[in-house]
Amino acid sequence: MTTDYPFEAKPESGELKTVGTSAVRIDGLDKVSGAAEFVDDMDFGPGLLHAAIVESPHAYARIVSIDTSKAEAAKGVVRIATGKDFPYKFGMYMEDRYIFAQDYVRFVGEQVAGVIARSHREAVQAAKLIEVEYEVLTPLLDPKSAVADGAELIHPDLEDYTHVPWFFPQTDTNIAHLRKIRKGDTEKAFAEADYVLEDTYEVPRYAHCAIEPHVTVSKFDQADRLTVWTASQSPHTQRHLFAEALAPLGLTHKDVRVITPYVGGGFGGKAGVSMEIMGAAMATLVKGRPVKLRWTREQEFYNTYQRQGVVAELKVGVMNDGTITAVEHKLYWDAGAYVEYGANVVNAAGLSATGPYRVPNITNDSLCIYTNLPPGGPYRGFGYSEFHFGLESHMDRIAEAIGMDAVEFRRKNAIVEGDELAYGASMNPSGMLEAIDKTAAAIDWGVEEESDNPNTVIGKGIALFWKAPAMPPNSSSASFLKFNEDGSINISVSGMELGQGYLTVMAQIAGEVLSVPVEKIRVETPDTDRNPYEWQTVASHVTWSSGLAVEKAAIEARGKIFDVIHQVYGYEDDSLYLEDEAVKCRTDESFSKPLRDFVIDGIQTEDGTWRGGPIVASGKFMPEFTNANSDPETGQGGHPNVHYTVGATGVVLEIDKDTGRIWVRKAALAVDAGRAINPDLVNGQITGGLVQGLATVLYEDMRFDENGKLLNPNFTDYKIPTAFDIPDEIIPIIVEVPQPDGPFGARGVGEHTMIGAAPVIANAVYNALGVRIKSMPITQEKVAMAIIEKSET
Amino acid sequence: MNLTIKVNGEDWALDVAPADVLLDVLRERIGVKSPKIGCERGDCGSCTVIMDGRTVRSCLILAVEADGHEITTVEGISYDGMSELQTLFIQNNSFQCGFCAPGIVLSATELLDNNPNPTRHDVQEALAGNLCRCTGYEPIIDAVLAAGEGGSE
Ligand code: FES
Ligand code: FES
Repeated sequence: MTTDYPFEAKPESGELKTVGTSAVRIDGLDKVSGAAEFVDDMDFGPGLLHAAIVESPHAYARIVSIDTSKAEAAKGVVRIATGKDFPYKFGMYMEDRYIFAQDYVRFVGEQVAGVIARSHREAVQAAKLIEVEYEVLTPLLDPKSAVADGAELIHPDLEDYTHVPWFFPQTDTNIAHLRKIRKGDTEKAFAEADYVLEDTYEVPRYAHCAIEPHVTVSKFDQADRLTVWTASQSPHTQRHLFAEALAPLGLTHKDVRVITPYVGGGFGGKAGVSMEIMGAAMATLVKGRPVKLRWTREQEFYNTYQRQGVVAELKVGVMNDGTITAVEHKLYWDAGAYVEYGANVVNAAGLSATGPYRVPNITNDSLCIYTNLPPGGPYRGFGYSEFHFGLESHMDRIAEAIGMDAVEFRRKNAIVEGDELAYGASMNPSGMLEAIDKTAAAIDWGVEEESDNPNTVIGKGIALFWKAPAMPPNSSSASFLKFNEDGSINISVSGMELGQGYLTVMAQIAGEVLSVPVEKIRVETPDTDRNPYEWQTVASHVTWSSGLAVEKAAIEARGKIFDVIHQVYGYEDDSLYLEDEAVKCRTDESFSKPLRDFVIDGIQTEDGTWRGGPIVASGKFMPEFTNANSDPETGQGGHPNVHYTVGATGVVLEIDKDTGRIWVRKAALAVDAGRAINPDLVNGQITGGLVQGLATVLYEDMRFDENGKLLNPNFTDYKIPTAFDIPDEIIPIIVEVPQPDGPFGARGVGEHTMIGAAPVIANAVYNALGVRIKSMPITQEKVAMAIIEKSET
Repeated sequence: MNLTIKVNGEDWALDVAPADVLLDVLRERIGVKSPKIGCERGDCGSCTVIMDGRTVRSCLILAVEADGHEITTVEGISYDGMSELQTLFIQNNSFQCGFCAPGIVLSATELLDNNPNPTRHDVQEALAGNLCRCTGYEPIIDAVLAAGEGGSE
């Protein structure tokens, strides 16, 4: 990879003033005062219409007929939409979905028709009057049966689907994509290994549970302009997919406008396009009227993306000195009925399924398998949370089997800068060893602790993690920056403030370059008509990618500022610098020109004329060292990932030996942020991600019945953490080994903080009780049963 | 049906349907948008409002049940600037997406009104009905505890 630092952003004093400080969030007041406006809070006047959706009650069925006549006659109904209105495919990485079902439904909850009415209540009532006749088919509900010989094909036309060039669909199977990695000679390495461990781990599906449900308001006006206000992580990607899918209606990109105000959490669930396309399409049927479609909490669970389940078959070979020599990882993903986004989760996992280790011989097969369950898709961790559960459980078991300390074993094999990755490129700088040591120290690794309570036992665990942004190789970011009369700044970008603190971090980056305090910088939420391009806010890449675009815009603005000063006062550009919101000069200490004096109005010269004018600038960033072209059989030859962020998680937990109840007493998490632009916000990601991850391993679990219907689509039955369900103590640890091409050395950390949570609990439970649980979640019930089983043997 | 209600100090008289829920009436008829729709079944607390001094989930209350009562939302407590608690929430970077914030600000305000020196357990208990998916609660709890200590000075 290139290690050239593309931009020049060092402050004069050599000391950063804004970057690296825990600045107060620039959106804090908005959120705490109630001023923050989310899509559902926007007013659209009395013309607003409401949509409700008719959903399939079957996991797999052929649609025989749809009778909308009763609904059409119902009070308040303005228009009904069915698949016939929009026979158009769409999809993020693979076009395998329709806006409304055409001939088949493939999961319980799939949209069959939509009703647009004058009130929400009327829309819901009328939707119940639509009669759909189905021929019910036998669903395939788990990935192993979907790849069994003779399994019915859920998508018989798979080979005709348009997809990105790095996907390899397997014709006449339910495998929508197979990511293979072949490196070295795994067979030989296993034969020569001193110890080989082989086992299977299972991870179920999970729900994102952003507290704000998906909501979208769409308006197709009389001039054929489509505007969509939407709770999304991906304004430009949505515009692109709307424009592509609705192109048959004559829409082009410039006719589509996506506006995204604050969004109430995403976690991947609001990436790409899911329910929004129904709203956008339905609006084209009622010109001039805005149409609101808001998901209920139930729909939020069963008809957005879900985190995919996986069955992981893992085989690892080691030598007696602890050197890992071979990894074979077969990942059978339950990708659901449509994989337009989820197939890239499978791809990302396949590329990196060795985990953060140096492994010379690798066989990875990551299979994206169609099932008749809701569509899988992006979820914080993007496949890595899933495979780390088995992988990091396995590493502990191997260390024990060869008589090595689990931390020592990991230190010995941890991948470091320059090591070769599974696909042949080399590893970026990484603070993994520091992260391991600090995490181990934080939980007093190696010191056995005994509980004062005779009924409980204490266990400790450790797990490493890594993750790279998964994105097309040319995903890019752009920014605009403009000064205001008082020297304050407005920045427009199209990354989303999902809560991670993106707006604040962008303000800190620009503020550092331009010597302007964060409080004087406004960063605007996206409107695709006005804000420049951003691919999406996913993959933990915006601090890095959009940060570079903002840094570049700030540097351009600085250059323009220096040009004006040079024109008027004659100082050479390279003698000038910015400090405390003023231009200063190295060759003339007496010179100081405050920015507010001229960044709009310019500077008056001796003859009374003016120079300069409004300072505006732009910046863009696209990685120019990545490519996704690799050999389908080996995965070698490309450079699909920009870099990895690494870290370690450790816990101390206490378990009730009778009931299996687990209390997390202490959790430590070290992540290599490269440079923490705002340490407080990095700590926020550590705390939030860790708690979200702990919930997936301790109690969250989607339960489906034998017909593929989700049984727990609400917060009563699908429990997410409350203020009580957090560790007694969380110790966030920030490691900073700079990313050479990052803004001030930063790389992303948002997803990573939940990846180690599941295996670290599995390892600590084993440490406490001597029982190894190989399927998630590790519920109280499962632990209690394991204790009983163990006492019986 | 007639509804007479005081919202953030202002009197309203409205004609509502018997099935109308207080949350919807506040948002759609009165234009108070800080109580959010998160689950519509009492699980998440994002619709929390203060009714006659006590927090309630406005998604579980029919508008007519609020007849003659007084409702306060975050807008109402923010007219004269931020409270000490709100200021601490801001300084502590307590919230991320902020969707849960209006409800949590009210639940914590109610707690501090009744118990100016809460323990960590008290705070957890007071917030247990307000789900936050982003923060892991720690930075929220810290700010409420800090406000409690301030209150004891
Ligand atoms: S919306 Fe009222 S508790 Fe969730
Ligand atoms: S800050 Fe996002 S739900 Fe609480």
